[in-house]
Amino acid sequence: MTGTMKKFRHDRDIQVTIGNLLRSGVVLAFVIVLAGAIVYLVRHGGQIPEYQVFRGGSGSYHTFSAIWEGLITGHGRAIIQFGIVILILTPIARIAFSVIGFLLEKDYLYAGITLAVLAIILISLMAGMGV
Amino acid sequence: MTILVFTGVILLGSMLAGFLGSLTGLGGGFVIIPLLTLVFGIDIRYAIGASLVAVIATSSGAAAAYVKEGITNMRLGMFLEIATTLGAVGGAFLAVYASTHIIAILFGLILIFSAILSLRRKEETVQTGSASMLAQRLKLNSSYPTPQGTVDYSVTNVPGGFLIMLGAGILSGLLGLGAGVLKVLAMDNVMRVPFKVSTTTSNFMIGVTAAASAGIYLYRGYIDPGLCMPVVLGVLAGAFLGSSVLTRANSRSLRTVFAFIILVIALEMLYNGFTKKI
Repeated sequence: MTGTMKKFRHDRDIQVTIGNLLRSGVVLAFVIVLAGAIVYLVRHGGQIPEYQVFRGGSGSYHTFSAIWEGLITGHGRAIIQFGIVILILTPIARIAFSVIGFLLEKDYLYAGITLAVLAIILISLMAGMGV
Repeated sequence: MTILVFTGVILLGSMLAGFLGSLTGLGGGFVIIPLLTLVFGIDIRYAIGASLVAVIATSSGAAAAYVKEGITNMRLGMFLEIATTLGAVGGAFLAVYASTHIIAILFGLILIFSAILSLRRKEETVQTGSASMLAQRLKLNSSYPTPQGTVDYSVTNVPGGFLIMLGAGILSGLLGLGAGVLKVLAMDNVMRVPFKVSTTTSNFMIGVTAAASAGIYLYRGYIDPGLCMPVVLGVLAGAFLGSSVLTRANSRSLRTVFAFIILVIALEMLYNGFTKKI
């Protein structure tokens, strides 16, 4: 009985850490998007939005290198997009930490399953971003 | 309309969407896409990108609160995520070949399906002593805290649940939704997981599923920072308000009203899809 109780508590410790990680990721993303929003609205607030026609990748920040270039030159839209990338990475970080969690529990079956999920996401991310 | 006014209006609309989504448990995506396309005439591809980002934000925000309660079944979620992430990647690739009016029609049908499902009476059924070998081998049977103490439950029909999750992943990747209703259906009705465990585990899975297709959408230019900004900020603020106003209240009448609104939106989407206005 004490064995299962211990395992339950151990499980929960890892989950609480992961929960905190998720919250920090969302808060960080929120703050960065907000900062980018201020820069963007101050500079472009008076212009007319154009979202009726889809332009694909042209004119938007759609690769890591483009976002990074815009970020260091202080473009509002690039700062927002950087916050959004952090937001996208948050659940992925959760999966990565879960691999470590399952390894610590010596649950190799689930360390493998979680690693498979992580691989699917990372391959799609890299294929999608053309890395 | 200038960008400043446009941002303000979208921010308010997204707040309302996030608020209603968290109160009813349907998520904000259901309102975001129709709001952006039908009301503002925004191309559905930009709407899908913004919705996907909003889905990740609300899922991660809410999941942080849920894991602390110890209800989420991490192993069940992780195992089923193989299906949802594979489906999501497939769905995102399919999205290139589907015309926008086909996507609008599909979206309308999913809305109707979800509205009907959301009205089901939610019963907390706990099943123990299942003979499913697969569930045992995968260690899916678990326990969760209730007011009456810790309750054990077991899981059945693992292949059936896995298959539905694959479908939920494809829809999520194709339409930029969390497809939470379908995920709960797979766990609650098919795998016989207790309802509370199903909803929290589904919420945990939604963010991961959406993240799996987000990279593909970002690269294709679906995720526009100028549009995503008010949507993400609004939905997060709205979801936070919703969870602090009405925690765990069984708001059946509210759900009925919301289901009716969604039905009207669904018909509007179908009409626009069939007449090729979207």
